[in-house]
Amino acid sequence: MANVVEMKNITKVFPGVVANNNVNFALEKGEIHVLLGENGAGKTTLMNQLYGLYEPTSGEIYINGKLTKIKDPNVAISMGIGMVHQHFMLVEPFTVAENIVLGSEPSRSGGLKLDMDKAIKDVEEISAKYGLKVDPNVKVQDISVGMQQRVEILKALYRGADILILDEPTAVLTPQEIDELGKILRNLTGQGKSIILITHKLKEVMAMSDRVTVIRRGEKIETLKNENTNTDELAEIMVGRKVNLVVEKDDKVAGDVVMSVKDLQAVDNRGIPALKGVSFDVRAGEIFAVAGVDGNGQSELVEVITGLRKSTGGSITLLGKDITNRPTSDVIDAGVSHIPEDRHKRGLVLQHSLAENSVLGSHKKAPFSKSGVLDYPKIHEFCLGLIDEFDVRTPNEKVAAKSLSGGNQQKLIVARELSRNPELLIASQPTRGVDVGAIEFIHKRLVAERDKNKAVLLVSLELDEVMALADRIAVVYDGQIVGVVNGKDATEKELGIMMAGGSQKKQ
Amino acid sequence: MKKKINYLLENVKYPLLAIALAFLIGSIFVILTDNSPIVAYSALLDGSLGNIPKFGETLLKTTPLIMTGLAVAFAFRSGLFNIGGEGQYLVGAISTVTAAWVLQDLPGFILIPIILLAGAFGGAIWGGVPGFLKAKLGVHEVIVSIMLNYIALFLTNFLVRVTLNPSTLQGTEQKAYSVMIPEHARLLKFNEFMPVFGYSSLHVGILIAIACAVGIWFLLFKTTIGYEIRSVGHNPYASEYGGISISKNIILSMMISGGLAGLGGAMTIAGLTFKVDQSSGLPGYGFTGIAVALVGKNHPLGVLASALLFGIMSNGSRKMQFEGIPKEVVGIIQGIIIIFIAGEAMLKFMTTRKKKEEKGEVA
Repeated sequence: MANVVEMKNITKVFPGVVANNNVNFALEKGEIHVLLGENGAGKTTLMNQLYGLYEPTSGEIYINGKLTKIKDPNVAISMGIGMVHQHFMLVEPFTVAENIVLGSEPSRSGGLKLDMDKAIKDVEEISAKYGLKVDPNVKVQDISVGMQQRVEILKALYRGADILILDEPTAVLTPQEIDELGKILRNLTGQGKSIILITHKLKEVMAMSDRVTVIRRGEKIETLKNENTNTDELAEIMVGRKVNLVVEKDDKVAGDVVMSVKDLQAVDNRGIPALKGVSFDVRAGEIFAVAGVDGNGQSELVEVITGLRKSTGGSITLLGKDITNRPTSDVIDAGVSHIPEDRHKRGLVLQHSLAENSVLGSHKKAPFSKSGVLDYPKIHEFCLGLIDEFDVRTPNEKVAAKSLSGGNQQKLIVARELSRNPELLIASQPTRGVDVGAIEFIHKRLVAERDKNKAVLLVSLELDEVMALADRIAVVYDGQIVGVVNGKDATEKELGIMMAGGSQKKQ
Repeated sequence: MKKKINYLLENVKYPLLAIALAFLIGSIFVILTDNSPIVAYSALLDGSLGNIPKFGETLLKTTPLIMTGLAVAFAFRSGLFNIGGEGQYLVGAISTVTAAWVLQDLPGFILIPIILLAGAFGGAIWGGVPGFLKAKLGVHEVIVSIMLNYIALFLTNFLVRVTLNPSTLQGTEQKAYSVMIPEHARLLKFNEFMPVFGYSSLHVGILIAIACAVGIWFLLFKTTIGYEIRSVGHNPYASEYGGISISKNIILSMMISGGLAGLGGAMTIAGLTFKVDQSSGLPGYGFTGIAVALVGKNHPLGVLASALLFGIMSNGSRKMQFEGIPKEVVGIIQGIIIIFIAGEAMLKFMTTRKKKEEKGEVA
């Protein structure tokens, strides 16, 4: 088969960091080629060079056998390369058709007037040709994330892309939507398109790819054929050591109710209802997980429980005490610890030292302060203890939190929150953007809390994480709990249907 | 210890460089006026530091700048830009005169602390208003505090012309200033106990100002209040998450900031002028305080040093004028220092942003 893309000896150096080191990569015509690697391995950097967002420090790129200098995305587009970014770049108030033609609009009257009829016709044609069904006349803000992704793919195809790069396309999709995407991609390759898929999820690699290229720390490790490999092998190559993908967890009978949420309601930042009557209990000695596609009220739920957002109705009881709409400091005092979903926004004051961060939330309590004066020697000693126990990799406790890697920042947050010995631990996306080693570690600590008979509320978008850890799983959709299933009995299919809004009973 | 010295060097490096460069560029302007930079700068130094009375006068000019500089720096630490130091200073001054008139029968050792506290309290209220509006309604503190500067100016003029005018209170003819504070309410002057200070009007306010700087340093870096204020300044979302009330700390920080500026005004009244003059414009200490805070890198001890620098330039410029060099040269130098220091912030901002982009790129 002919190579439509060949990247030879690509090296990309940013000041102080070698993002890609002598990477070779080839894409055959009509294949789906997965680029696999951990966060920060350099996958996206490599593809951004193919799409003309960066220029390689050294190395050559051949498109259809011809040496090409791709100095910006316009060149890439003219070479038939299209990229669907992880974060969609759509104009929300515009219709699907308007978004697809944006930038290369068909026009009338010598370019003065947008030919909307032709745009709609073009979009209908192209969507029929590639089997990507969309309604050209609805606004993008009114369609689901899966649909928006189709619009992005159509946008690239409309510009004549033969080579499609998809950056983490499954992060925002339900399992069913992921299956659907797989079919769409197969259909596209059947019509002669070639596809590069960037991901760090092993299961999808096996389900979707023809070949896999694994990147670790900026270097290409291996290119494998799908049929010659398996997830365990890929995980090992990706991380560079044997990884235990299974979380060890004994059976355990849950104890008394620790937190009870009843008919909770809240609005999001735009004032639109985000929680529409959510009720559940979390018991001692269980991990209760909230699963769902991003943006279905999970963030608001955690914020309301922790006092960061006011509820508009309903109640939250912790160990018999009403904590509804109490200030965050009261919620902390009541025994709630919280690993926030966004460690840079909420979890840390990045400019403060690790020591100062390690007492955020308990800075007013003994032994860290006395009559309003902070006891810095004690705080430093405490922080050193956490660094040691939780294996936070840092030169010392005095450096600013921003100088740590994401995984180590997360470990510091987990350390701080667990050090308060909470009755209820809320872990919101606890492993987002951290390396596999840290994921293993954090999972173990969550299970350890459960085994210590504490209540754990896990909110996660990663279905694998939910299924590996949870004793019970609640699925949220559109601000409501669609159903609660036992972790042991849950299947991905069942959860997926619920995540898309289908009720448990319907199947 | 070595680390601490390195840290200190790292932090004073840019300001010192900026000052040196500013004087260098300032000398071009001196040459343009057909004068020698050496004459000009030696006059500047001699005029401000030449002997003890001159040094006393320099410290006198430094005193209010320390206070307004601290005010701006403190608010900066909580992420707020207090541009209302002018108004807070004025309200502090007029509150002091008012308290001294009302409580004039009290003995000095009680009256002096009370009138100083009254000044600080007045400033705190004046600073608290923008803080309150910011915390509760999200109104930008810059807009409110600027507006309050003018309200303070005209309120002060009204009180000076009518309510606190000697013609109203003492039955004299109409004056362009308020009643004087009583003798026993005045701060001790240095030349009263240290004759070497000669003609200098330096009063013990400078010691209070230095104590304030040390106190603010302690408050910011050693107490839970300072911890919360700095946290809110750096990352309000994380602070909220840590159970820290953003609105409480915004109001508190603006009140402390305003209180510092107000105390600055109070000390000028109690130590130097003993009355408030009718004025057509703002006194300028609040605005210079912004520059002082900037050069002092919003650190209380840095503010001490930079206020002294501004005091030296302000006092020395008179001697320069005697030498036939326009005192505007000093204004130019001050401006250039500020541009360079602001430039450093910009430089840092740009390098950190670049670093962030690079980080994003590697992902």
